[in-house]
Amino acid sequence: MAGVGGQGVILASDSLAEVAMRAGFDVKKSDALGMAQRGGSVVSHIRIGSKVFAPLIKKGEADFLVGFERLETARCASYISPHGLAITNDQELPPLAVAGGAAPYPDQRQVEHLISQYSRRLAFVPGLKIALELGNARVAGVVLLGFLSAFLPVEVALWEQDIAGRVPAKFREVNLQAFALGRQEAKVFNSTEPEAKATAAEDVAKRVRNTTRHSGRR
Amino acid sequence: MKRLLSGNEAIALGAYHAGISVAAAYPGTPSTEILENLAKLPGPYVEWSTNEKVAMEVGLGASYGGVRTLVSMKHVGLNVAADPFFAASVTGVRGGLVVVSCDDPGMHSSQGEQDNRHFARFAKVPMLEPSDSQEAYDLMPIAFQLSEEFDTPVMVRTTTRISHCKGVMEIDEAASWQPKRAHFIRELDKFVMVPSNARKRRPLMEERIAKLALWVENFPKNEMIIQSKKLGIIAFGAAYQYAREVFKNASFLKLLTTYPLPTQLITDFSRQVETLVVVEELDPFVEEQVKAMGLKVRGKEFVPPIGELTTDILEDGARRVGLLKNGRKALPQKETQVELPVRPPILCAGCPHIATTFVLRRLGFYRHLSPPQADEGGKLPAGLRQGGIIATSDIGCYTLAVYPPLLALDTCACMGASIGQALGLEKAGVPNKIVAVIGDSTFVHSGITGLVDMVYNQGSGTVIILDNDTTAMTGHQGHPGTGISARGEKVTKVDLELLCRGLGVRDVNVVDAFEVAEIERTLRRCVEIEEPSVIIARGPCPLKERVAGTPFTIDAEQCDGCATCLRLGCPALIREGDKAGIDQTQCVGGACGVCLQICPREAIVKAESKIA
Repeated sequence: MAGVGGQGVILASDSLAEVAMRAGFDVKKSDALGMAQRGGSVVSHIRIGSKVFAPLIKKGEADFLVGFERLETARCASYISPHGLAITNDQELPPLAVAGGAAPYPDQRQVEHLISQYSRRLAFVPGLKIALELGNARVAGVVLLGFLSAFLPVEVALWEQDIAGRVPAKFREVNLQAFALGRQEAKVFNSTEPEAKATAAEDVAKRVRNTTRHSGRR
Repeated sequence: MKRLLSGNEAIALGAYHAGISVAAAYPGTPSTEILENLAKLPGPYVEWSTNEKVAMEVGLGASYGGVRTLVSMKHVGLNVAADPFFAASVTGVRGGLVVVSCDDPGMHSSQGEQDNRHFARFAKVPMLEPSDSQEAYDLMPIAFQLSEEFDTPVMVRTTTRISHCKGVMEIDEAASWQPKRAHFIRELDKFVMVPSNARKRRPLMEERIAKLALWVENFPKNEMIIQSKKLGIIAFGAAYQYAREVFKNASFLKLLTTYPLPTQLITDFSRQVETLVVVEELDPFVEEQVKAMGLKVRGKEFVPPIGELTTDILEDGARRVGLLKNGRKALPQKETQVELPVRPPILCAGCPHIATTFVLRRLGFYRHLSPPQADEGGKLPAGLRQGGIIATSDIGCYTLAVYPPLLALDTCACMGASIGQALGLEKAGVPNKIVAVIGDSTFVHSGITGLVDMVYNQGSGTVIILDNDTTAMTGHQGHPGTGISARGEKVTKVDLELLCRGLGVRDVNVVDAFEVAEIERTLRRCVEIEEPSVIIARGPCPLKERVAGTPFTIDAEQCDGCATCLRLGCPALIREGDKAGIDQTQCVGGACGVCLQICPREAIVKAESKIA
């Protein structure tokens, strides 16, 4: 899971790790965050299995990459395995260099291109758009968590229980809604995800069409 | 019941279940959460100490009082605490004294990388290294027993990936907090280290290590895992976990006692395997000792001594020297390189450090050209001034002002160094005006002695104390200047103005950290006077106070895209086309207001209505 400090990456990865443990797996979760309270890159590695040794994921071995904004998704592209699924919040958070005009922010196509060198499975999730529709930009991460949950062998009830316990009572409902809408997005993605045999070109073409359909920005 | 805990949480709980009465620490990544978690548990006395040296001394005193005591700090913190740490080794303990050192390989959040295992050998103190949260928890009661049985402080050494990694573990649900009864027994030749007594203690330290060397031979948690006998790996800590992933079929000797080493056990293991390897992060601490035992061993020839180890790095190294034969799953060929913009840590929107560091930069203080350089060029490059102020910096969030666009600082070495450095530069005869920039927590930690030195030795530097009323960078811990204790109670607040005046500084100024003109005016005056001066720039950390104000907006008619505001490095200020823009989700508006003051065209305006 990758994002920017303040986006809720740690909260989401804590939730995933806890839920996986409750589902009976061994888990290790390790965060890499810089010195700043906010604003720097944050990466959480979560490894789940019958027995986990190393706290960090090897490059090319991540089954899932969950990016909380496009640039940080792109930055972690090399972690994704050839069969892995990259899930990115279709949101831009320009770093200072970009905000100051010194460097360009990668657009959707560039992110697609970068990811496609490692895996052909990429989902743009309109997490921020959904969160804003729910009236709380902060639940975008929970939308992503909901999306991811659709691919993991863990009961929904475990997720809901964990999320409910992790947020203040007055935000419980909006978080659970965000989670459910994320799962809903995953269903849409699943029904449109190209078969593994499709050629790369068809693949990208289809994905762009899919993306257009459920992306907030384009 | 199974629980998912970080190494630091496990250490805190383990110490609690071992019945500690006192815990002392100074916050520092990756160690901070140990004391934070202890402060949530009822019973023991916990404190944020003024600095690590004081923490160690408090711990030593508590141990003399017969109770179990935990002292925790980051790797460089033990440098600060080295004096009492070595003293503790000489006097020994009464109640168990455990020192947790959390190293930061790869310098995620540190000014330097160092392998603190050397401290254990240096001070002749036994050391334990857990390789996951479960071991961290299980080792704590053992560490305290060991301390009491062998009359020695015990070092528990972790790294970022142990302290901050969460893992599944079982805790002793029946365990409760059972502290020891405090009592001090006078014992002059143990507790009073005058030379005559210290000489008596000295041979005891050697005896102690010799006895410990026997004890570690039979320590049941040092584990031998015999698989393929072709390759045998000695590993510990996080390195053990990476090694298990890379050398799936190898035999392992997992050590939790890394000083002193169980030499007989290592010899036995080496006899069972064809090739012996030590996998360790940072220095060849164990490898060299194994070599000194006369054994043939491989290690640092393929395990890098710099930075954090990963499965990838270890695997690549092992393949390079032929220890791993199977081909690596080839990563896809990169078709195109996309240059991704970096995202360094930055000051937050509404940060009280922005205005002061901006003033330092705006006055052209960020580049110092020596006169010959300037002469050769004929003239100075645009925007650079000669002979500007030198800003020595300290350690805290404000150090981030060294990055573009602020570029406001010139040095940063270690906690408290800025003031001594400023005096040193002055006394060396450097002609520039010199300003030391230090945070409130760091000033109390180790800046005070520097300021005393400046006063006593007739310096004329200016010390800017950036007072945000908290230890922000490590997550808002209290310190003596805040009047808030580790448990969150209101306690006596050390008054920074009075403190500075008491040290002999006559020119002590307090300015609003968000008032650019006032900061600049005060600074210009202070650097001109021929005596030490202090400027306390006071303003709350917006994350601690949860400051929120109505965000400002840009009047596009007025903005001519001069980018002056972008030089603040405020993350809420962004470029929108050829003009400036304000990120409405980040700007705290009137709670800060710095950009409003510096915009030459008054294009930044208060929004008419609050935007949700």
